[in-house]
Amino acid sequence: MSGNDKTGPSGKDVDQASGVETTGHEWDGIKELNNPLPRWWLWTFYGCIVWAIGYTVLFPAWPLVSSATSGVLGYSSRTDLANTMAAVQEANSGVVSRIVQAPVAEILADPELARFATAAGASAYKVNCSQCHGTGAAGGPGYPNLNDDAWIWGGSIDEIYTTIAHGVRSPTDPDTRYNIMPNFGADQLLDAPSIKQVAAYVAGLSGLDATGGGPEGAQLFADNCAACHGEAGVGMPEIGGPDLTDKIWLYEGSLESITAQIERPRHGMMPAWSEKLDDATIKELAVYVHGLGGGL
Amino acid sequence: MIGLGAGTLAAAMLSGLAVDDPFRIHMGILSLVLGLATIVAMRLPQPAHVELDTEYMDGPVRIGTILTVFWGIIGFTVGVLVATQLAYPQVNFEPWLNFGRLRPLHTSAVVFAFGGTALMTTSFYVVQRTSRARLFGGDLAWFVFWGYQLFILLAATGYLLGITQSREYAEPEWYVDIWLTVVWVAYLVVFLGTLLKRKEPHIYVANWFYLAFIVTVAMLHVVNNLAMPVSPFGSRSYSLFSGVQDALTQWWYGHNAVGFFLTAGFLGMMYYYLPKQAERPVYSYRLSIIHFWALIFLYIWAGPHHLHYTALPDWAQTLGMVFSVVLWMPSWGGMINGLLTLRGAWDKMRTDPIIRMMVIAVAFYGMSTFEGPVMSIKSVNGLSHYTDWTIGHVHSGALGWVGMISFGAVYFMVPRLWGRERLYSLRMVNWHFWLATLGIVIYAAVMWVAGIMQGLMWREYDSQGFLVYSFAETVAAMHPYYIMRVAGGLLYLAGALIMAFNIAMTIAGKVRLEKAMPVSLKLQPAQ
Repeated sequence: MSGNDKTGPSGKDVDQASGVETTGHEWDGIKELNNPLPRWWLWTFYGCIVWAIGYTVLFPAWPLVSSATSGVLGYSSRTDLANTMAAVQEANSGVVSRIVQAPVAEILADPELARFATAAGASAYKVNCSQCHGTGAAGGPGYPNLNDDAWIWGGSIDEIYTTIAHGVRSPTDPDTRYNIMPNFGADQLLDAPSIKQVAAYVAGLSGLDATGGGPEGAQLFADNCAACHGEAGVGMPEIGGPDLTDKIWLYEGSLESITAQIERPRHGMMPAWSEKLDDATIKELAVYVHGLGGGL
Repeated sequence: MIGLGAGTLAAAMLSGLAVDDPFRIHMGILSLVLGLATIVAMRLPQPAHVELDTEYMDGPVRIGTILTVFWGIIGFTVGVLVATQLAYPQVNFEPWLNFGRLRPLHTSAVVFAFGGTALMTTSFYVVQRTSRARLFGGDLAWFVFWGYQLFILLAATGYLLGITQSREYAEPEWYVDIWLTVVWVAYLVVFLGTLLKRKEPHIYVANWFYLAFIVTVAMLHVVNNLAMPVSPFGSRSYSLFSGVQDALTQWWYGHNAVGFFLTAGFLGMMYYYLPKQAERPVYSYRLSIIHFWALIFLYIWAGPHHLHYTALPDWAQTLGMVFSVVLWMPSWGGMINGLLTLRGAWDKMRTDPIIRMMVIAVAFYGMSTFEGPVMSIKSVNGLSHYTDWTIGHVHSGALGWVGMISFGAVYFMVPRLWGRERLYSLRMVNWHFWLATLGIVIYAAVMWVAGIMQGLMWREYDSQGFLVYSFAETVAAMHPYYIMRVAGGLLYLAGALIMAFNIAMTIAGKVRLEKAMPVSLKLQPAQ
């Protein structure tokens, strides 16, 4: 250690480099200087304490026997939140009450209501729908794209509203959109060569397969599929039979995946949102989604 | 040895009685480890000479130094892996190596395995030298040391098996907690006993901090882990706390794990190794006393700032916040005392990369103990909470302060513990310094940007009060920053690997022929 050849006024060693007296202790060669507390440090510390006392006077702080001091300002985070929410609701209340009363088609027809509903619907979409349909509503395998003009259960504003409110194959809503495609392969409704032929026919409808399954494929389709998908395969939105001619596929668009879907179909499920969201929000969602790719 | 053998059998029996599979496997692992330890202990050669009471007990310190480096590398590697998983979810390997299990493995490996072993090791080193006394309790110190390593092993394997009580930084289940309590009480006995038989009239400041760390961690650990096991032969338990009391107890524990494990403990380290390496007296005895007691008194109240804008009553939030802000100067007392200790030795910054490491540690300590109070202010917290800003804050403390001061202590101790003239290579220390510093700066800066962006996106409303971004959009926006974070972590890990090589070569007795570090200008003593 540097400098222990001098002693200070109280007889303790003085550190040569700084000229400051040490405390006279030494541990494994470590000494301590007898420097005072840095003034700026001490005053900042005091300042923080004074500020803390002031803050605890203004805001709820000190616990007492059955409650705590409530603070001079009377602040409460719950009241604060309630006020903020109330202010927003107050500001929007005129438009919202008209949305509550009007049928969804009327909202769409009124430019002011439609503008508000689209903004509100977009926000609700981000929270509730983007998880499956994607942030850009482009969907993904098993989840319909909402931007295109293919609508399994219909793309009019009323049909979109019904789909959102009651969901698809919801186990809890008796009014849900419901259909089921038979297990043609697994339940042995069709044998393997027939499935191959009808799959080729279906793939041929949108030009995916050049052979088109031949006349047997067409016959099999007419016997087994046309009831739901229509004789020309253009779908039946009223019972949720998808269009097979439009090159838009819920699952993958390939001969293999069409074959797989006929053998053992997969079925998606969408919640009945009326169980979770209020009617105004569902209308707003319908207006927003209709604006993405809806028709009629 | 008999204890180890009995433990092996007991663990095997518990494995047989287990009511759930994770417990069965866990006890199987314990039985295997204890069995191996029994065999090793039986075959261990008799020591060449019996150590006298006048000698320092450096056996646990030597092994602890090596294990500090080892656990550091494990912790940093898992850190890089979990960071990669956040950027690329495909890197999750179900079920053992998914993010949910690896994340506590990372935090515990860094805080408790790396940090804890470093603290235990250095406290044994420091308390003996500053008390001029051999560790109290004979082989009790070995029990403490290996007992703690067993705790680490049980905690780590438990996480991978999916055993957790879901309390952050306190994930190990009841039986591991009981074991740690036993070990920790023994640790306190060894440390206090050594202090009591000291041959110095006063207790050195570093030991106050170590003692505060040991005592408070015991209290935090016991209270937060109070739980009722579902079965004495099972790996599940229910906490005694529920609801908001549970949350508050957890964050009282969580924040003081930061306060007394990562702050007080490592301040103890700083107060010994920094003046030793700088060969300068501590700047101010008075400052060390005042900031010690202020820190101890204030830290314990700051936990509620982790629960701003939650079900926690407003008054508790207020107190958590004001105590955190008042804590600013007591925390900085340690930084000031560290930095001003270098007065008259600043030239060593140019020539001594170990000093440089310690100085950057103290600088990061100062930065994060300023950032902490700022983030505890409710309006700031409203933006920062739940974002990656918090992660950046923790890492500037863990990588910058805890990591760097531990590396400095390891570099200081190794030549002395193995009787080497110097380290294998000082230039490698310099490389380690720069890689680590660059890694931290990248990590912290990236997390600031990402975290603040994330917070702003979450709270973005349009003029009618509607949310602008979906959660998935905020996640997508984080992606580039997550990749940059991996890069920062890799730099830090690379530095640690260089250290491991350097330490291994030093222990092997090798000295690298290299150009000396730049020579300093002559120090002008103040007159």
